[in-house]
Amino acid sequence: MNSIPQTPLRTAILVAASATTLAACSKEPPEELPPPPAPVEAPAETTAQPSGPVVGSQQHFENAVGSSTTIYFDTDRFNIDSSDAAALQEQAQYFAQFPQLTFTIEGHADERGTREYNLALGERRANAAKNYLVSLGVGTDRIRTISYGKERPVALASNEAAWAQNRRAASVIIN
Amino acid sequence: MKTTFFALSLFAAACSSAAFAQSEDLGEPLGEGGTVETTGVEASGEQAEEGGLTFTVTDESDWADIGVAIPAFATDRDQPTPANASGTEALGREVARVITANLRNNGLFKPVGPDSLPQPSFGQITAPSWGSWSGRGAEMLVHGYVRARDDNRLVVGCYLYDVALQDELVREGWVVPPADWRRAAHKCSDLIYARLTGENPFFDSRIAYIAETGPKDKRVKRLAVMDSDGANHRFLTLGSATALTPRYSPDYSKIMYLSYVDGNPRIYVYDIGSGQQQLVTENSNPTLAPRWSPDGRHILFSMAVAGNTDIYRVPVTGGQVTRLTDTPGIDIGGSYSPDGSRIVFESDRSGSQQCYVMNADGSNQRRITFFGGRCATPEWSPRGDQIAFTRIAGDFNVSVMSPNGRNLRVLTNGWQDEAPTWAPNGRIIQFFRTERNTGRSGLWQVDLTGRNERRLPTPVDASDPAWGPIRP
Repeated sequence: MNSIPQTPLRTAILVAASATTLAACSKEPPEELPPPPAPVEAPAETTAQPSGPVVGSQQHFENAVGSSTTIYFDTDRFNIDSSDAAALQEQAQYFAQFPQLTFTIEGHADERGTREYNLALGERRANAAKNYLVSLGVGTDRIRTISYGKERPVALASNEAAWAQNRRAASVIIN
Repeated sequence: MKTTFFALSLFAAACSSAAFAQSEDLGEPLGEGGTVETTGVEASGEQAEEGGLTFTVTDESDWADIGVAIPAFATDRDQPTPANASGTEALGREVARVITANLRNNGLFKPVGPDSLPQPSFGQITAPSWGSWSGRGAEMLVHGYVRARDDNRLVVGCYLYDVALQDELVREGWVVPPADWRRAAHKCSDLIYARLTGENPFFDSRIAYIAETGPKDKRVKRLAVMDSDGANHRFLTLGSATALTPRYSPDYSKIMYLSYVDGNPRIYVYDIGSGQQQLVTENSNPTLAPRWSPDGRHILFSMAVAGNTDIYRVPVTGGQVTRLTDTPGIDIGGSYSPDGSRIVFESDRSGSQQCYVMNADGSNQRRITFFGGRCATPEWSPRGDQIAFTRIAGDFNVSVMSPNGRNLRVLTNGWQDEAPTWAPNGRIIQFFRTERNTGRSGLWQVDLTGRNERRLPTPVDASDPAWGPIRP
């Protein structure tokens, strides 16, 4: 996919380079005004080239779907509620747009469960998100799941607000 | 219905290069092990009488506070020894200090150590100077000696006397390499403990656990081992991969634990002698919650397949994996009864974590916990009479119950006390306590009365303690 938008740019650079080479080789002053500069289009193309995150990066994914990279769960639950479904639909659209991407869903739990159970719970949450994405048409072989249980919290306090942020399944682009 | 498949290459030949070990996040192997040689010690007059003492304690009511005097162990002549830079006389004092600390730390005894007692001569070890001990309020007197042999090995003798009876109760001796001098002190502690309580001992044992460092969101978790009193501490993994939930094999030759070393949570069987490890089962699914059978011949583990976690069993030698549970819920953990006939495990098939018992072949699964709150991480006592577990009722508390789920007793009251495991004698429970907000954690021990609780010192924060059996 990357090569397609680059084709006109490469052509433009090639033309410009040729013109420059020709000009450099020409010892004598030109009898006519130089032809309309082909490179004029090139700078426009260059600036059009995205300077931000590229497809295949987590940042590109986040820019496209916003906070929908991550879905959240109730205590001890792993069901996909309506807000989770909306977020996963955004993810599914993104992954439909970029079918070459593979990604990992990381399942997490809050600290208010025992360590081993939470590893299993995180795995179940990651699989719930995966199954929903597969039902929306994302190929199952594009999705890897991993559970971190309660070992990798994002919110560090020990209160309901922090625990709610930590009960999550986060989609992460694999490069 | 039981599903079976085959584990590939369990304990297959392992690569032995150091670079390979590094990529597995493994440190230098311990390369330790072996038994302590028991030796005869000189008799002190009459043979010790057989049988228990009148104050032997076998119930769970308050233990008697038995006063025990433990003066420095004597030496026949002060000799240099690799075990102590100052020679065998100083070593004898250290041995007595180790014994004093052991006996003090479980709340059953009132030990008085060598730093506040007169030092007996070598000759007095077998003929105590009764007059100088009867006035000190100690019912029991420990004497001992340390002798360095020509081959550098140490002979340590240990004698227990009843001061009022002016009689010897028990005596034993051990031959140890200098590096193992603490083991002789632990053997002596075990001898005293067993004789005075009527219980099986536990001091000469090791603990595997997870050492934790770093901030709450970037915690480094390493596999570590230490003696039961915290000495001889070693890290077994380097910390680049998260390690969790270790379990010593019954013969101390291996440790099973969970590692993220290949990016996924999987159980490895680490060989202590060689420092090499193998996957418990060659499979792309996450494997969790490793447990040994009491005879060390089988491994229980849990595996998540398409998000559904069930309990499986595989022979240590590899081969056929047997699925023991098949409910849609999370079935995890699992701890054998001491005779290997039954397994207690946790399941949320009822909607919340509760504890269940099944036969070792997976048949006859039945819920045993019906009190308020949830039941997690059940561990069957090595004596068979109790199951310890994490009770979740708001906070996490270490609790015990009968194997039929009755006689619930809550032993601790921390904010988050989790993952109890048993001392080899089934009298003391070890667990980890996590602090609210900071996430810092430490190892704690509590006895079955719940009254004697103490923190086990570790060099850094710690979790997931797992006691090995008494050493040979």
